Amino acid sequence: MLSWIKPHRVVLMLLAAGLVVYIATAMSWEWLPQFAGDLVAGVGVTLLILASTVILGFLFAVPLGLFQVTGPKPLALLCKGFCTLIRGTPLLLQLWLIYYGVGSLFPQVPWIRESFLWPYLREAWPYGVLALTFSFAGYEGEVMRGAFAGVPNGELEAGRAYGMTPFTLLRRIWLPRAIARALPTLNGEVVLQLKATPLVATITVIDVYAVTSKVRQATYIIYEPLLLLALIYLCLTGILVFTFRYFENRNPTRDV
Amino acid sequence: MSAFELLAFSPPGWGAVLLRGLAMSMSVAFGGYLVGLLIGIGGAFGKLYGGPVLRDLLACYTTVVRAIPELVLIVLLFYVGSDIVNQVMQLLGRPPIDISGLAAGIMVIGVVQGAYSTEVIRGAIKAIPPGMIEAARAYGMKPSLMLRRITLPAMLPHAIPGLSNLWLIATKDTALLAVIGFTELTLATRQAGGATKHYFLFFSAAGVLYLIVTLLSNVLIRSIERRAYRGIPEVG
Repeated sequence: MLSWIKPHRVVLMLLAAGLVVYIATAMSWEWLPQFAGDLVAGVGVTLLILASTVILGFLFAVPLGLFQVTGPKPLALLCKGFCTLIRGTPLLLQLWLIYYGVGSLFPQVPWIRESFLWPYLREAWPYGVLALTFSFAGYEGEVMRGAFAGVPNGELEAGRAYGMTPFTLLRRIWLPRAIARALPTLNGEVVLQLKATPLVATITVIDVYAVTSKVRQATYIIYEPLLLLALIYLCLTGILVFTFRYFENRNPTRDV
Repeated sequence: MSAFELLAFSPPGWGAVLLRGLAMSMSVAFGGYLVGLLIGIGGAFGKLYGGPVLRDLLACYTTVVRAIPELVLIVLLFYVGSDIVNQVMQLLGRPPIDISGLAAGIMVIGVVQGAYSTEVIRGAIKAIPPGMIEAARAYGMKPSLMLRRITLPAMLPHAIPGLSNLWLIATKDTALLAVIGFTELTLATRQAGGATKHYFLFFSAAGVLYLIVTLLSNVLIRSIERRAYRGIPEVG
């Protein structure tokens, strides 16, 4: 640890500290107390969207990967097509297609307007969560395909030799082994997903990005809210990376 | 109007608007990718052979850019970039200028891509067998000659998977420029949808255009890979 501290690093850190002091004193931050509550709520919304779409997307990615490896031909092609479609078009376009495109078709269908889902479908966040879930599932489905295909054949043969039904084999051996193989890539995928969340601000979901846009419009201050926003995302990414590293060190995997 | 009439090339159809948007998207993606490559080559050499200060600064650049959402970076760099240019113009005693969306987009995408290509190229250079570099030095090659004859050609096969991934990301990142009001494909599509209320049709059409770009790029990448990997034995 001590070897990390070198003379030039001390100078660089002093310069960085000077920059931080300059930013904190010379730039205008008097708007901060007024919007602090909104900012905290925005970070909460961002994290909520991140957690829900990662979990839902991963649940969706498992069948996407499995069917591509072992499913019947039409189903495998369908899953492959879905992954190609998601990975081949920008997320912003998918988001706007779902929000403006699909969302504008719903009010024309009478039975949807009368269903219990209608109060939710009039809000923006379900469309954001849906688009981000599809996106995560598309990218993670490709990872899961590789993970399912990479489980050594001998382990599956051993399971079959014990007379396991295909479902038991999947539950006891194939799925746990595939998930263990896919976990090391999950860190990067979750960071990518965090960096995708501010797009929901373009469909009026009030996440932390939308809060800083509101500050900019209300106060005509451009740089300060954006710098704070960058700092917030930097901290969130850092926390994610260190959390994942902690869990990876606790569960050493040998063969991946 | 039917779908064909809406997508027709001549007004009142919106086909020409979408294709102009696609051309804008592709020019920004191409320009930004090239700028990113130049930053990446410089950054990789700085990280590998530069002094300690340069190395630490480059580490900060790649870490920070890769940790902050592209959307935030694009908005931030757009304001900072145009502000700096106008400050310089003021110092020179010239009137402030309007920066074209194209130039700003290329600059912004280039800075973002540069951080990623720095890492890709650095990894690829480290994968070159050290004997090759030593042999070049033993022949007395100047660093510039060694770069041109040995390092760049030898690292290319290792860099191609990462660099082709970055190209696909660049084509999709251009959509984010819609947020700062640059009329590329996604924003043009939204304008078409807003004017006609046929959002679903236009966004699907734009999706098809993006997908065609991705699939064509994949074909091109595969042929480049075949050419770059000739003479290298297949593993596995």
